[in-house]
Amino acid sequence: MKLNGIKLSHRKNTENCETVAAPCPERVVISMSQHIGAPAEPRVKVGDTVKVGTVIGDADTNMTCPVHASVSGRVAKIGELLLPNGKTCKTVEIEADGLQTPDEQLAPPVITDKQSLAAAVRASGCCGMGGAGFPTHVKLAFDETKTHIDTLIINAAECEPYITSDYRELMENTDGVIGGMKLVREVLGIERVCIGIEENKPKAIKIFRDKLSGEKGFEVMKLRSSYPQGAEKVIAYNATGRIISEGKLTSDFGIIVLNASTVGMINRYAETGMPFTSRRVTVDGSAVRKPCNISAPIGTPIIDLLKEADTDTDNMKRLIAGGPMMGISLYDPTLPLLKTTNAFLAFLSEAEKVDPTPCIRCGRCIEACPLGLMPREFERAYDKQDRETLNRLRINLCMNCGSCSYVCPAKRPLAEKNQLAKGLAMSRK
Amino acid sequence: MKEYTVSPSPHLRSGASTTMIMFHVILATIPAMAASAVFFGWRALTLIGFCAVSAMAWERLSNLIMKRPDSTDDLSALVTGILLAFNLPVTLPLWCAAIGTFVAIVIVKQLFGGIGQNFANPAIVGRIVLMLSFTGRMTSWVIPNGLDAVSSATPLVSGNASYFDLFIGRCGGCLGETSAAAILLGGIYLTAVRVITLHAPLAFIGTVYAISAVTGRDPVYQILSGGLMLGAVFMATDYVTTPITKKGRVIFGIGCGAVTCVIRFWCNAPEGVSYSILLMNIVTPYIDMFTQKKAFGGIYRRNKKEASQ
Repeated sequence: MKLNGIKLSHRKNTENCETVAAPCPERVVISMSQHIGAPAEPRVKVGDTVKVGTVIGDADTNMTCPVHASVSGRVAKIGELLLPNGKTCKTVEIEADGLQTPDEQLAPPVITDKQSLAAAVRASGCCGMGGAGFPTHVKLAFDETKTHIDTLIINAAECEPYITSDYRELMENTDGVIGGMKLVREVLGIERVCIGIEENKPKAIKIFRDKLSGEKGFEVMKLRSSYPQGAEKVIAYNATGRIISEGKLTSDFGIIVLNASTVGMINRYAETGMPFTSRRVTVDGSAVRKPCNISAPIGTPIIDLLKEADTDTDNMKRLIAGGPMMGISLYDPTLPLLKTTNAFLAFLSEAEKVDPTPCIRCGRCIEACPLGLMPREFERAYDKQDRETLNRLRINLCMNCGSCSYVCPAKRPLAEKNQLAKGLAMSRK
Repeated sequence: MKEYTVSPSPHLRSGASTTMIMFHVILATIPAMAASAVFFGWRALTLIGFCAVSAMAWERLSNLIMKRPDSTDDLSALVTGILLAFNLPVTLPLWCAAIGTFVAIVIVKQLFGGIGQNFANPAIVGRIVLMLSFTGRMTSWVIPNGLDAVSSATPLVSGNASYFDLFIGRCGGCLGETSAAAILLGGIYLTAVRVITLHAPLAFIGTVYAISAVTGRDPVYQILSGGLMLGAVFMATDYVTTPITKKGRVIFGIGCGAVTCVIRFWCNAPEGVSYSILLMNIVTPYIDMFTQKKAFGGIYRRNKKEASQ
């Protein structure tokens, strides 16, 4: 069985742009909620001196990871921030001294077994760097008595247009990514490691095939260039043929999926002890005169990054965090960089005013859905407020990849309605 | 501080539009139009043009009377007009054609809610109504190549045309249905631009081939004569009135083929393509109901009893 997917123009304008380091910002605003999971609580007070890598926030639950200072300097404010997803969270604002002194206490962790690996990954503040941002240590802390993990999939599909931050990680930190793969493999005793790269990145495929050619148990999987090839269920199926059924995690089927940049991050922490304090983002779009990949401290205002890429901020009409298919459009360019953001796209044109025409039942949305759902039927059921049909057709499985809206010739807001329908189906009455 | 308008994802949309799809269909009808002009003369083009224009006029008029937004810009009425004309003999008076487009556009399409809402193919119903109302005029076939209005039987009835004549369309019949070659060309184009999938046409033609062969008739002759090719390529692929999934489209095609054969071989009617399509249009919602797709990774329980146990 071949899963559905859609063809998008790749627009990987920045694929050959080597990462440039952004100058140290004067002030960073570090959100205590960097990813899905519980938000952290600030562990510093106003006036405290912090260095790069100092823990500034953490929580007692396991479903979160600590937040570290990304610059050295003085805590100026504990504030609040309205995140683009509509949630409010606490922030720690740090005035940078510009020296970027690393914390003296940072030391490479001792990783001997599964527990110490998960603890080290948690301590590194690492979360999925591909967009969704699931805390990585939770993925690694599976229950050994219930499941046996035999496959580690490194997700380097990067199927969204424009974004090249994972690709640059593959090219610039090849050994780091491979080191991370080996580390996780050895500690967890995984038989097969499979790195999935879309065929529109032939250089990355070649370099990894060359480096891993003699290694047993490692495999470079060339993926068809089709969106959404990097969705967890899709890449897991393409790598192993296993279908992740609803309500289950990939680990229930013996699979762990990690993003390529995440693995590089894990390796960096294991080698140097430097936690997740900065990341690479792609800055591109029609308003960007100098599309590039920038490495910047977490919490850097987006506007600084846009300026670094010589963006026409005066005429910019639209700003998207993430890719054009699943990214969130932002209302404010002073928002800070989060751990999960892999790209900022700035456009000169306003969001297209969609004027939907009646559905002509062409079936393209059904042909496009990677998970075999029927967006057109979802829309009809939602309009009738029909929970039963929505549940019968498995609205809960929709991952909001946007393929249905993309292909619809009648320009119907299918993906948008799916989200509303999901809420309706889950509500009691 | 400058703020920006936000919108939900996806922020990208494909260039596909209903108008573009209809435009592709119109382009795909050009070979058959050309063939009809070659074999039946200029009058064929007049009739096609009249049907197209009158269909658009009825559409606009319905919009005005029903106080709906102008829907002529999606070109679907133009397609309906052309396809209806393809189902008419070249000698049909224009006023009859106008009745046909009225039935197709106003009664079948607009009264049911406009594009996307009609349960049956407008052009098919238009043809059937004309066929039943003006049987004489609708069956006065003309021998192609200039011989004016000499009545002749269609090859499906006479059964004596050569494969070659049937393939290129040099035989009596409706405007757009005689030339299998021209229709095929249109079908190939529509498949190439991904407007249609071949599920329904292949199932339709395949079923007719199989049943004809099994019952000892000439399958190739059955496929090339009558309105089968036109029906399979242009009517059984209409989005609105055929099933939405590929599996459903195969079932639809098989059903069309079976009903066509039953009518052609064992009923007191010469041609069954339009009736078969109409019949299958009517069962399309049921086909859709039984061919809903299973979600990837969805867990389905056989019945509620099992679920509660």
